[in-house]
Amino acid sequence: MDRLIELMPRLWLSAWETVYLVGIAMVIGGLLGLLLGLALYLTRPGNLLQNRTVFAVLNVIVNTFRPIPFIILLAAVQPLARLVVGTGIGNSAVIFGLVVGSFFAISRIVEQNLLTVQPGVIEAARSVGAGPWRIIRTILIPEALGPLILGYTFIVIAVIDMSAVAGLIGGGGLGNFAIQYGYRLFDPVVTWAAVILIIVLVQFTQVIGNSLARAVMRR
Amino acid sequence: MPLISLTNVTKTYPPRSRNESPTPAVDGVTLDVEQGEIHGIIGYSGAGKSTLVRLINALELPTSGSVTVDGRELTGLKERELRKVRLGIGMIFQQFNLWNSKTVWGNIEYPLAVAGVPKAEHQRRISELLHFVGLVDQAHAYPDQLSGGQKQRVGIARALATNPKILLADEATSALDPETTRDVLGLLRRVNEELGITIVVITHEMEVVRSLAHRVAVMERGRIVEHGDVFDVFSNPQSQAAKRFVAGVVATAPEGETLEALRSRHPGRIVSFAFADGGTGQSAIFLELTRRGVTFELVHGGIDDIRGRTFGTITLALTGDERSIDEALATLTPVATITEAV
Repeated sequence: MDRLIELMPRLWLSAWETVYLVGIAMVIGGLLGLLLGLALYLTRPGNLLQNRTVFAVLNVIVNTFRPIPFIILLAAVQPLARLVVGTGIGNSAVIFGLVVGSFFAISRIVEQNLLTVQPGVIEAARSVGAGPWRIIRTILIPEALGPLILGYTFIVIAVIDMSAVAGLIGGGGLGNFAIQYGYRLFDPVVTWAAVILIIVLVQFTQVIGNSLARAVMRR
Repeated sequence: MPLISLTNVTKTYPPRSRNESPTPAVDGVTLDVEQGEIHGIIGYSGAGKSTLVRLINALELPTSGSVTVDGRELTGLKERELRKVRLGIGMIFQQFNLWNSKTVWGNIEYPLAVAGVPKAEHQRRISELLHFVGLVDQAHAYPDQLSGGQKQRVGIARALATNPKILLADEATSALDPETTRDVLGLLRRVNEELGITIVVITHEMEVVRSLAHRVAVMERGRIVEHGDVFDVFSNPQSQAAKRFVAGVVATAPEGETLEALRSRHPGRIVSFAFADGGTGQSAIFLELTRRGVTFELVHGGIDDIRGRTFGTITLALTGDERSIDEALATLTPVATITEAV
């Protein structure tokens, strides 16, 4: 317990690092995932911009990268991280890894939630003369917004989970804190302090996500 | 010149699997819809009527043939130009297809925004439409707070927002109960009569055709098998499909089980007399039979009217001298269409 009090400033710093890693990764990965998810949905046969070839290629890409376990992906994309963010270690490299890791999962979540929009609703928009881009902005995304928010909430929590292995390539955050100061130094109190903070973070995310979705769906 | 003109239009979808051969959903259809009329298209599900109606507003493009709307050939137009054409054609749907993320107001405003109507005019136009469909109080409700009938009223208001010349109704009343159906049909009649909008009604319910349409096309397996005035199709259906639809709502000459049941209950010859327009047919029939000493019993049938014109079929069981019956039937040939059950 004394050690924990001693480590308090470091614990808070780690919690902040987790928020920072996940936050930046979600902004970038979220946007990229939204675009790829839209591309998957729109090119699907029968949809607004149907294109069998593009859809098949995107599908294969997503299916290739999505199943790679994150701890391996993080190490595997190091060379690419050096090219893109200039370093293969530290928080920037971790963020790069999180973006790559979440990108494909988000695209699937986005695709699935867009598919819940009834085709007739899109057809009604076409029937009043709206073009594809207008329909995407003003009908498709607003109609799927509630489920999309819940999907993103799910991903944020998964990314918090993924960020726990950041220490592998010299990143920080609560996961790294728990391993470095708790697990390796045989101090379960320290480990559990980090775990509880992660739980609080996850709960908080879910509550925000749920209430946003409820507000959007009016139920 | 007809407002909508389809000439030899075919629409074939690619087969779902490799070993399936492509079958056309619409197969060589030629159809004219005149300015100001309510034109019904009736058929069972899978007959191709939903595809046909989507060819009119270019939601589907024909594989071959030509579609002309308001003097404009649609085939060959670019998507951007087709969107402008769609602004002049409203459409309502069986499942209403309202946007749940928008209020009633927002749903009606959307086509105005798409058409580029200045924002200052939205208020006036939307409240005009809400008054027309009788939903002024619901302007700020969301679609999931409305009943089916109210949803379809919103659908109609939305479809009329940009003052289209044409309204396409795709099974617009099929998801509604009979009373709400009557209300919505009444509203559609007003759209036609008060606003002068030409309506194309897709349905599988003959009752909808009877109470709303002026002319009707009967579709079966992608083709139009019968086409004409609603009164003519009802009073004298030619195709098997049309006969089945008509028999569903009015009593026609008995067939099958009905006929067997009549035979077992009534002696004599079972003869049906179909007549249209005017009541003289019936009395002539009864007088002639009485004059020749033929006994008759009314066993089946009914009289109906479409917009004040009557038609009907009465089926009689005739007993008496065979020769007298034959002579009576021969005399009555000009009065009614006579079919004897064999």
